[in-house]
Amino acid sequence: MTAVTAPRRRLTEGRAVPVATMVLAILVIWYACTIWLNARWQLQVFDRAGQADWTIWQFVAGTFAQDRPVLPAPHQVLVELWNSVAMQDVTSRRSLVYHAWITLSATLLGFVMGTVLGIALAVLIVHNRAVDRSLMPWLIASQTIPILAIAPMIVVVLASIGLTGLVPKSLISTYLSFFPVVVGMVKGFRSPDALQLDLMRTYHSSRGQVFGKLRWPSAMPYLFTSMKVGVAASLVGAIVGELPTGAAGGLGSRLLAGSYYGQTTQIWAALFMAAALSATLIFVIGLVERIVLKRMGVRP
Amino acid sequence: MNAGWIVFALVVWLGCWAANEYLVRVETRQAGTRRAINLVVPILFGVSLLALWEGLVRGFNVPPVLLPPPSAIWAQITSSVPTLWADFRQTFLKSVLIGYAIGCAAGLVVAIAIDRSPFLKRGLLPIGSFVSALPLVGIAPIMVMWFGFDWQSKAAVVVVMTFFPMLVNTVAGLAAANAMERDLMHTYAASYWQGLFKLRLPAAWPFIFNALKINSTLALIGAIVAEFFGTPIVGMGFRISSAIGRLQVDMVWAEIAVAALAGSLFYGLIALIEKRVTFWHPSVRGGRTGQ
Repeated sequence: MTAVTAPRRRLTEGRAVPVATMVLAILVIWYACTIWLNARWQLQVFDRAGQADWTIWQFVAGTFAQDRPVLPAPHQVLVELWNSVAMQDVTSRRSLVYHAWITLSATLLGFVMGTVLGIALAVLIVHNRAVDRSLMPWLIASQTIPILAIAPMIVVVLASIGLTGLVPKSLISTYLSFFPVVVGMVKGFRSPDALQLDLMRTYHSSRGQVFGKLRWPSAMPYLFTSMKVGVAASLVGAIVGELPTGAAGGLGSRLLAGSYYGQTTQIWAALFMAAALSATLIFVIGLVERIVLKRMGVRP
Repeated sequence: MNAGWIVFALVVWLGCWAANEYLVRVETRQAGTRRAINLVVPILFGVSLLALWEGLVRGFNVPPVLLPPPSAIWAQITSSVPTLWADFRQTFLKSVLIGYAIGCAAGLVVAIAIDRSPFLKRGLLPIGSFVSALPLVGIAPIMVMWFGFDWQSKAAVVVVMTFFPMLVNTVAGLAAANAMERDLMHTYAASYWQGLFKLRLPAAWPFIFNALKINSTLALIGAIVAEFFGTPIVGMGFRISSAIGRLQVDMVWAEIAVAALAGSLFYGLIALIEKRVTFWHPSVRGGRTGQ
């Protein structure tokens, strides 16, 4: 323990260096996999060209530059991302920003509905024992239903009665995102301890006052934690909801189109876009959390 | 519009509600009675939901394409048992179970491996928790391209989806044993492996089971969604997507019922094992359940 010198300890104690190392390692592994997985096709290319004496450099460069690689190299994905994000008009159907916006709006609508529904259910559960006992097991069971599996059906069926666009996708997002909020908020509303509740009683406060002045504020940290889980889930819901609506756009339809036409780079670019979207949403909620909790005087 | 059905639904619903309000107020000392009440209350609620569904759908003449009544779904289930069984075998017994086992085992082993190196832990944990928040189902088309149409590609999706929650939870769980307990193992001159198997792994069980439970639903979702991207002509995802195409909504709902039942049983089985294994944990031992 004592042998660790100061600079080395600083290197290993922060998070930045280990994470950067791991990302680098993943990139190296990715490039290695690219060479390995694309090798067969590249050999065929050389074969067809009648090129018998290729150097190892030509071979590696070839595996990194295929049109429809089994696994595109990271830089190919980045180039595709750059081409479809920055080089296209934002309103064009070739722009990833356009598709991401469609997905994002469905996600946000569903997320807001899910959060409101989750909070409402949690209020009911906390205030009524019959609801608590009868609803809670079914809520848990409702999440063991692979809702994503029926997401396409919900979209198609709702489309058949004329309900298209954002709402069907958002409903799936709602279903996925309300559950973490219910569980978190029930825990949060119950987090005030007996002493605090007794104090409220000595003040002769009504149920509403107990809720507004004690339960709601003490549930805030729980709300943000579960909202982070919920927003990630609603993004997944929106993407899967877009799978059957191939023409209507969105990251999900981009994935499906990519898989139909063997455009692997396009799939990976859409995946990266989805990852960036999810990270941004979680980051924004974290930011709001910090501001709200600070203004409420909760220790960070 | 059929008022009789609506009235029937409302009566059953209100009746069940009243019964539940009464049942939760029953004060009893007998453990058996209390357990029975805890079981009956949610069942009554489920029955009232089904009655409400059936009554409202029939009462308002909702087109079956939109939402078939539960009785029609039940009729479809009973009349197509062989198809449902074949799909279940393809999706659940092959893709889900195999993928789940591989993914969870890999996550566990990798977590134990990186746990010895603080550097790896600090590097991989943020990445792991980041990746487990990603829409990983999106890799389904890639996996189908790599591993072909049969169950292997679905199992691969399930492996990737279950790996990261397991990794993150196990690493957190391995840190759960406190310093006092570790010191005690040290005074016993326990080796690393003895400390791992006798103290740290048992202390990590609640976390590991948490991951197993999360993964049980993720695995089913992953396998079914992956089948939308290409499959042999059997499997729950395939059946759902092809039945939607022909607007055979009954069949879709029958598959959903099977999936929901399988998912709930899978989850329940893991919860049961958890109760046996982590009998010492406050959440199992304590009087209040449902946390």
